[in-house]
Amino acid sequence: MKQKITATVLSQKEIAPDIFDMWIATKLAEQAVPGQFLCIYPKDRSTLLPRPISICEAAENKESLRIVYRVAGQGTKEFSGYQAGERISLLGTLGNGFPLEAGKGKKVFLMGGGIGVPPILQLAKALGQETRGCESRKRVVHGQETQEQGTLVQIIVGYRDGHLFLADDLSKYGDLYLATEDGSAGTKGNVMDAVAANGLEADVIFACGPMPMLRAIKQYALEKEIPAYLSLEEHMACGVGACLGCVVKTREIDHHSHVHNARICTDGPVFEAREVDI
Amino acid sequence: MNTKVTIAGVEFKNPVMTASGTFGSGMEYSEFVDLNRLGAVVTKGVANVPWPGNPTPRVAEVYGGMLNAIGLQNPGIDVFCGRDLPFLRQYDTKVIVNVCGKTVGDYVDVAERLGEESSVAMLEINVSCPNVKEGAIAFGQKADALFRITSEVKKHARQPVIMKLSPNVTDITEMARAAEAAGADALSLINTITGMKIDIQRRTFALANKTGGLSGPAIKPVAVRMVYQTAQAVKIPIIGMGGIATAEDAIEFLLAGATAVSIGAMNFVNPYVTVEVVEGIESYLERWGIEDVRELIGAVR
Repeated sequence: MKQKITATVLSQKEIAPDIFDMWIATKLAEQAVPGQFLCIYPKDRSTLLPRPISICEAAENKESLRIVYRVAGQGTKEFSGYQAGERISLLGTLGNGFPLEAGKGKKVFLMGGGIGVPPILQLAKALGQETRGCESRKRVVHGQETQEQGTLVQIIVGYRDGHLFLADDLSKYGDLYLATEDGSAGTKGNVMDAVAANGLEADVIFACGPMPMLRAIKQYALEKEIPAYLSLEEHMACGVGACLGCVVKTREIDHHSHVHNARICTDGPVFEAREVDI
Repeated sequence: MNTKVTIAGVEFKNPVMTASGTFGSGMEYSEFVDLNRLGAVVTKGVANVPWPGNPTPRVAEVYGGMLNAIGLQNPGIDVFCGRDLPFLRQYDTKVIVNVCGKTVGDYVDVAERLGEESSVAMLEINVSCPNVKEGAIAFGQKADALFRITSEVKKHARQPVIMKLSPNVTDITEMARAAEAAGADALSLINTITGMKIDIQRRTFALANKTGGLSGPAIKPVAVRMVYQTAQAVKIPIIGMGGIATAEDAIEFLLAGATAVSIGAMNFVNPYVTVEVVEGIESYLERWGIEDVRELIGAVR
């Protein structure tokens, strides 16, 4: 259920230039699905609209949520100044999230680019859990065994430079492959370059990142004839599907809007690549 | 204490409504507020056929408000009557349907179709959306065009008709008088004020449509002034709106001459705002020992 609540900041630190890592005490953690987001309201009344920020992680005890966000403007600049104990207003949990079932028992790519990396962590945790400590799945990939039900979690994340925020956390839940634009870590280039350089294959893709990356992933998925679930973003006002501000063009007539537009905040933010015109 | 107000023979349990386009058809916000508490739900503009709206980005934040250029995306009157009206019928609140169109004929089509719907209390005619190329505001910026469309809609509408006025005119009282003379039963104002934002990082317009409608607390003083001026110029009731965030804001509009108020952009900032304003008006009446909310209407002259 969507709720607007007041919550307390538990901790905050800058983990890369302009990238902040905040834990928030909230029971919304109980209902959070990987790929969902929160809308956080700035206190400064000149910046009225809530900021949509993806959920990075839910604590094991379901009592807190982690967000990792980039300072992009006035609102996020205000958030970055919050210390432990700050009371904040937020709306959540919002959006549909990634369809975990589509990845279970499969070879999956979890792909994140830049500030699209954070939601990949909770997704990797959810999909990687069942295969933690299970080496047999990897043997299947190398063609030495044929019976295996585990999920092969291949996490491919791209960064601008050597500030590899969240990479250590991600490495706990799957095989991690890095790409950096400046070549300072992993494959020089983007996430698709890392896929090629490491000879990786997948049955299904989950991704979040900048639009050029998502377009490249869609193209790849179409060529390989595999599903790709992409988390999209757009400027939002309400966050709950009322204002029709954050739409994406759809291939079919949308069931709600009855035109070729779906609402990213409520029908998404995750869409199967073939459903949307990006 | 009485909180009821009457507009064109339609009684509302209190003067608090939602502003068209900010509240969908009530479904999305029914998760946050009890729609039974509202005087009316004013629905998102609906046309005779589905409209796809404008390209994105459609919204941008500005100091103390926002710009939007949604472009009246809507599913068309058939879906509205088949899905949204049955949803709203579950609630004990009045339904006002905002009607948009590209031609006079489009407006008339929708008005006639809604004439068959007894659950629709009033029609609000959108002649003031600044974000579409055809229709809408083209009818709302010239007194003769406004007179003509008002008369045509009145000829075909079964429900009382509210004309929603644009602030993007030289003299709002001239428009208000034209609508009144053509038979409008009520007026609602103000729609958004045309604005623009430029993204200096990308060096382009913040909105794909280049211009958009400014709403939110930033426009409230303009709206209060226009409601006041219009209340002096016409006899028909006014539904006032523009940046209402609190009960205090709503009371300003009543004092300026509005019979009811609508809450728009602030729903995005506080999904509980509508019911908070209802409760805040009740507290105000109680605190000042005012027996009837109608005593406030136009009390400041």
